[in-house]
Amino acid sequence: MKAIYLVLAGLVLVGVAAAQNANGNVENGKRLFLRDGCWECHGYAGQGSRDGARIANTALNAQGLIKYVRHPTGAMPAFAEKVATDQELTDIWAYLKSMPPSKAAKDIPLLNQIKNQ
Amino acid sequence: MAKAKSRFGRRGFLKGAAAGAAALVAKPAAVKAQETAQARPAAPLPSPRQVAFETGQPPARVDVYTTDRPGADFMVDVLKSLNFDYIFANPGSSFRGLQESFINYGGNKAPEWITCCHEESSVAMAHGYFKIEGKPILTMAHGTVGLQHASMALYNAYGDRVPVYLILGNEQEINFRRSDVEWAHSVQDAASMVRDYTKWDDSPVSLGHFAESAVRAYKIMMTPPYEPVVICANGQLQEEPMSQEDRRTLKIPKLVVPTPPAGDPNAVAELAKMLVNAENPVIVAGRAARNEEGMKLLTELAETLQAPVQDRRMRMTIPSRNPLYNSGNTAEADVILGLEVPDFWYVSHAQTPINRMGMETRSTVKPGTKLATITCSDLFSRSNYQDFGRYADVDLAIAADAQATLPSLIEACKKLITPDRKRAIEARGKRLADQWKRNRDRDFEAAAVGWDASPVSTARMAAELWNQVRHEDWSLVSDLTFVSWWPQRLWDFDKYYHFIGGHGAYGIGYGAPAAVGAALANKKHGRLTVNIQCDGDLNYAPGVLWTAAHHNIPLLSVMHNNRAYHQEQMFLEDMAARASRGVENAHIGTAIKNPNINYATMAKAYGMYSAGPIENPNDFGPALKAAIEVVKKGEPALIDLVTQPR
Repeated sequence: MKAIYLVLAGLVLVGVAAAQNANGNVENGKRLFLRDGCWECHGYAGQGSRDGARIANTALNAQGLIKYVRHPTGAMPAFAEKVATDQELTDIWAYLKSMPPSKAAKDIPLLNQIKNQ
Repeated sequence: MAKAKSRFGRRGFLKGAAAGAAALVAKPAAVKAQETAQARPAAPLPSPRQVAFETGQPPARVDVYTTDRPGADFMVDVLKSLNFDYIFANPGSSFRGLQESFINYGGNKAPEWITCCHEESSVAMAHGYFKIEGKPILTMAHGTVGLQHASMALYNAYGDRVPVYLILGNEQEINFRRSDVEWAHSVQDAASMVRDYTKWDDSPVSLGHFAESAVRAYKIMMTPPYEPVVICANGQLQEEPMSQEDRRTLKIPKLVVPTPPAGDPNAVAELAKMLVNAENPVIVAGRAARNEEGMKLLTELAETLQAPVQDRRMRMTIPSRNPLYNSGNTAEADVILGLEVPDFWYVSHAQTPINRMGMETRSTVKPGTKLATITCSDLFSRSNYQDFGRYADVDLAIAADAQATLPSLIEACKKLITPDRKRAIEARGKRLADQWKRNRDRDFEAAAVGWDASPVSTARMAAELWNQVRHEDWSLVSDLTFVSWWPQRLWDFDKYYHFIGGHGAYGIGYGAPAAVGAALANKKHGRLTVNIQCDGDLNYAPGVLWTAAHHNIPLLSVMHNNRAYHQEQMFLEDMAARASRGVENAHIGTAIKNPNINYATMAKAYGMYSAGPIENPNDFGPALKAAIEVVKKGEPALIDLVTQPR
């Protein structure tokens, strides 16, 4: 019985580690990404749009993202600590970093075909 | 004119020979005999019948029930002379006389009556039709409640420099208002409500007056800048019979549409010198081209100078795969030429973004950059509505129609290009071509991100659409702002009818009806009309789907169903972030969810082929293929695609 508990505890620890990314919680980051409306300008896939930059797999580190969100240089709203804490932004950053890498345009047959017309 | 006219003119009779007849009858017989003997031949005695008419009981009223020539018939003759293809209207009692004359006396041909479910739809359909066909549409509405519905669409047309010919029914003569309804539907000055955003109006009081004003209105409307006009059609004039005199004398004035004003030759020569000697000239094009010829001329100017064309996305400018399209940079320009750009100030300035407090402006161009404009907006202004934009502090302003000025500008530029300038111009062209290619590569890489996402990305939507329509003679008739301009980044736009711009004054509700109007114009040319339909826009007046189905207007609509008034949702989030609170509440009052609207079901209810809602991007291509087959048979079709916000 004790062995079973140890195995279960181990599985839980593995799960927690997988959800953490450099001190950011991916699952909570996803929840906050949706709650705080990041998707509105940046898209559900972080793909970017007319109104917001591509942020999937952001090249920023967590501190860089926090710095930008507090003092954006473009037209993005500035999110104060009261609205999104540093930890919450770190979680969002972890979620963005967890997004699967995008295919290259040349690897998508339809896009490749359109481009080469 | 309800009573029959007597063969005897009462007043004329009394003024003439029988002035003393009444007294004669009242006098004693002896006096009467004496006076009769002395009667002068110049004043013949009235006949017994005349005497009875003047002195007896008034004759019984003779009701006239019918006429073979109501005034509306003449109005129809006048309006037919203006060569309208269609009438777009929701029916209204104040113009029932005209409607009857159009469909019976006029044979419901040239123009043909198209049934609309909302006056806003009527005007917006006319807006879309004009931008494809270059011909204005006749629309009709009540002078009161109908115009109130139509007014936003009219403002959009005004902002977009589009002519719309609007007839307003009204009952000016109080004795002809038959009920409280007609009192409620009558107005002293019908056009006053929209006078701030129309070019001209009149309320004729006779048929002759109507003829002259109707033709004048058309002429004013079609002289650049194009703008809507309003003519009030008095109900009494429509419904009462034409007088015999009117039948003999009324004529329809001759219409001659003025040639568009071209720029002053000296100013054009000065502009050519600025452009040819510039190291980095940039052309910013708004509504510069009015038709295919305008697009060719604009392309010729750009290629002559190898100057990039920054597209303000109001009309087609130059082909999207021309390396000069949207390449270049105004920040590096030494000369910027604005062609029919209503917001030219923003070409050279930026303001504090919405995410910061206070407001400052800064120049976004180099010191010393020369600014020049050609626009017919300098020839026409209204003061109340502020669509004229901020005052642009330019170095040269040519008050003229840009397209009409382009031939002389191109010629002047070509004359000034020396071999040295030619080498510099060619080198610039190569740099810009490289930049265009880099931009294009970047766009395609951006399109790949979120390719398989659900909701479907707007880039994927645009790519799948292009894959299905590119072998057709297509026409994309929707504004592309809310889909991040993906079609213009991926598709090959090279004809004037490939893109027609947007609202004009950003009045939402334009999209669906303008697309139907544009599709009707494209129908006779056999083009496949494509509309990317925003969900919020369709919900203003979805009855236009029925109009498309009823009149067999082939139109492929793809819902951009992002389930929100998304621009407002973003603004609300901006405001919440400014106040450091509640960004998670931005959906309140802006989301269109719970329940989700099923647009495929809606389209079916209006009698249209539909598919969806589609959430898996892989299902979109096959659905498109099936829908296009329906459209190619001459019917409208709608695909409900659940999409990313932008």
